[in-house]
Amino acid sequence: MSKDLPIDMPPEAPKEDSRPKWDNKFQYILSCIGFAVGLGNVWRFPYLCQIHGGGAFLIPYFIALIFEGIPLLHLELALGQCLRKGSISAWSAISPYLGGVGVGSWMVSVLVSLYYNTVLTWVMWYFINSFQEPLPWSVCPLNENRTGLNEECYESTAVNYFWYRKTLNITPDITESGTLQWWLVLCLAACWAIVYLCTIRGIETTGKAIYVTAIFPYLVLTIFLIHGLTLPGATEGLAYLFTPDLNVLKNPRVWLDAATQIFFSLSLAFGGLIAFSSYNPPKNDCEKDAVTVAIVNSLTSLYASIPVFSVLGFKATTGYWDCLDRNIISIINEFDLPEQSIMRENYTDWITFLNSSYPEKIAGLKLKSCDLQEFLDQSVSGSGLAFIVFTQAIILMPGSQAWAILFFTMLFSLGLSSMFGNIEGVFTPLLELQIISKSIPKELLSGIICLVSFLIALCFTLSSGSYWIDIFDRYAGSVPLLVIAFFEVTGVVYVYKIKRFSEDVKWMTGRKLNLYWQITWRFISPLLLLVVFVAFVALQIQKPPTYTAWNPKHEDFPMKEEKAYPPWVQAICVLLAVLPCIFVPLVALFQLVKKMWRSKDLSFLSPEVFSCQEVNRNFSHPKK
Amino acid sequence: MVAFTMRRYSSKTTTQISNVLLCNVTDRVSFWFVVTDSTKNTTTVPGSEVEAAIRMNRNRINNAFLLSDKTLQFLKIPSTLAPPVEPSTPVWLIVFGVVLCLIVAGIVFLVVAGIQQRKKKNKESTERENLEDKGEVTITIENGIPCETLDLKAGHINGVFSADDERFTSL
Repeated sequence: MSKDLPIDMPPEAPKEDSRPKWDNKFQYILSCIGFAVGLGNVWRFPYLCQIHGGGAFLIPYFIALIFEGIPLLHLELALGQCLRKGSISAWSAISPYLGGVGVGSWMVSVLVSLYYNTVLTWVMWYFINSFQEPLPWSVCPLNENRTGLNEECYESTAVNYFWYRKTLNITPDITESGTLQWWLVLCLAACWAIVYLCTIRGIETTGKAIYVTAIFPYLVLTIFLIHGLTLPGATEGLAYLFTPDLNVLKNPRVWLDAATQIFFSLSLAFGGLIAFSSYNPPKNDCEKDAVTVAIVNSLTSLYASIPVFSVLGFKATTGYWDCLDRNIISIINEFDLPEQSIMRENYTDWITFLNSSYPEKIAGLKLKSCDLQEFLDQSVSGSGLAFIVFTQAIILMPGSQAWAILFFTMLFSLGLSSMFGNIEGVFTPLLELQIISKSIPKELLSGIICLVSFLIALCFTLSSGSYWIDIFDRYAGSVPLLVIAFFEVTGVVYVYKIKRFSEDVKWMTGRKLNLYWQITWRFISPLLLLVVFVAFVALQIQKPPTYTAWNPKHEDFPMKEEKAYPPWVQAICVLLAVLPCIFVPLVALFQLVKKMWRSKDLSFLSPEVFSCQEVNRNFSHPKK
Repeated sequence: MVAFTMRRYSSKTTTQISNVLLCNVTDRVSFWFVVTDSTKNTTTVPGSEVEAAIRMNRNRINNAFLLSDKTLQFLKIPSTLAPPVEPSTPVWLIVFGVVLCLIVAGIVFLVVAGIQQRKKKNKESTERENLEDKGEVTITIENGIPCETLDLKAGHINGVFSADDERFTSL
């Protein structure tokens, strides 16, 4: 942008300048990266890599990135930058019939913000519990008469007990709501206070906070990487993760998982990216930004999976060694062999020898079969990875308090930077609505948003709260996004017309749109989204939705009990999935009715569709 | 050691080392033992008494051999577990208090700074209005050059910029 204004500048220019803007380009890129890089990069991608054939999963992942992720990302960033408005106003500007797309993405941002911050509440709870010696999830508490360990803890593990009982205090069924857990309420209040502190003035404050929350996780990941690689068993874990099994490419489920992972990982269709780019100067290379953010997000996923799997390999190896050691003690006791005669290395030789000479004695010992593969196969994703598996691995490391504190601060930063994007997706459109008058200061509006969200999210701190969070995650944070993204692409390409959009992008970046963007925006991305949506819904409908409940009275305890959702819960699931999507046809219908009613009085007017250049007429051109 | 234990428990001073009989001694230092009662003519002391005695003095036995409950095992005598050490306030509450204080301080600071900024802006805008009311001419400076000199005919009209006006659609 040129520094000196042209002499013939129209006097209304200062109105555009009152829109807040980023301090520098780096802040904007960092905010987008922070929004895209979240908890899923750490606890979902490595799991998918592992169960879908290791290194072979990268093939469908990168194909999905090139044909779905990058084009959609570029579309959103270009749209926000061009129209310089939040999601609701931007889509209304594209076409009044498409205003519902903006409302839908606003709705999704609201729903996701509610439950995402509760996950951060759990992280904070673990963080503040990491300052004790010994770590509270490493020992089982005693039972009432102090004769033994607590039964629930003894049957499962100390880590499971701390998560299910001490943190969640979970009920065996989703219909039993239980009471509010006061410690979670306190942590929830603290989390929403932190979110308020960082988003109090919109991007003025998040822009400063993002320097810390976006960069800190990379530092911690590097520390974990270095430490993880030095742990015994790390190489087994990494080999297990990355060994490619090309046969999985024949399974369509793998392709579906790759497409959905890329889509949700980039945080598309939330409206947050549109909000971020709307604070940019219009003459900004959004094409390069989109490619940068997408590639950094994918590389972060890969980078994060290395320490995660080194630590998981270490945990599996330690479990395997413990199993071996227990067997060795039993054998030595039984056969009265001298100490140190059987070691881990010659265990298999001894077992075969003893089995051939004294098979009845060996059978009588009831030795557990120790198989390293079995330990490695215990794969978990999601909150189970962080709060059960990883915490167990941390206990085994020397200096566990420090590692726990580092790990949970990293998770908190990752989640917080994603929360900024979610809250911006809620905040920016509200600021632009006519209903919110200019006299309400931004601090008050963000305070109201945080307070209302806190009050609603209190229901996630009930004993059955984590079941509800699973529901929100599965239904509100998945299907509506696919629908909204589909309408985004088709709306821009076929309603706004891609020729006009190409002109706008050319005006902004200074380069013509090349063939790759034309083809992906016109055909490949909408088609891919449609296929993914249909496949996703088909998979969900195939069987009635079930959930796994933690029931200490279950016969297979500590295995979780599989239960079906009662009908009223299923109705809520459908409502969550349908509610954001319903706004798309509703608003279109409303506009149609309004137009028909108005066309009775006035002559027929086509809906106002205007281009970027008209919106930004006050900005000067670059010197050619 | 066992003899000492029996003495302590039953307060009988007569139990000697010779009253403790060993059998089934193995190379791995495990053995069976019985305690006889010399006052009652070589009958063995009941198992429950021996168990109770061992339980009472377990710590002492362990320490004598520098062993622990995990390394010195008495079959059928489970160890009595130590009561957990609980501080008066849970540690996590203290950490939480610190974190919350920091957050609240931050919020108060930002809100107060915002209010002060707004007051300053209001004061500035009222001052500017007062100046304009008094009819004082404000000199706008553009790149260090007062605007009035720029408006003089000494400048050239740049054809590129003025031609651009026609490209915009009029409102």
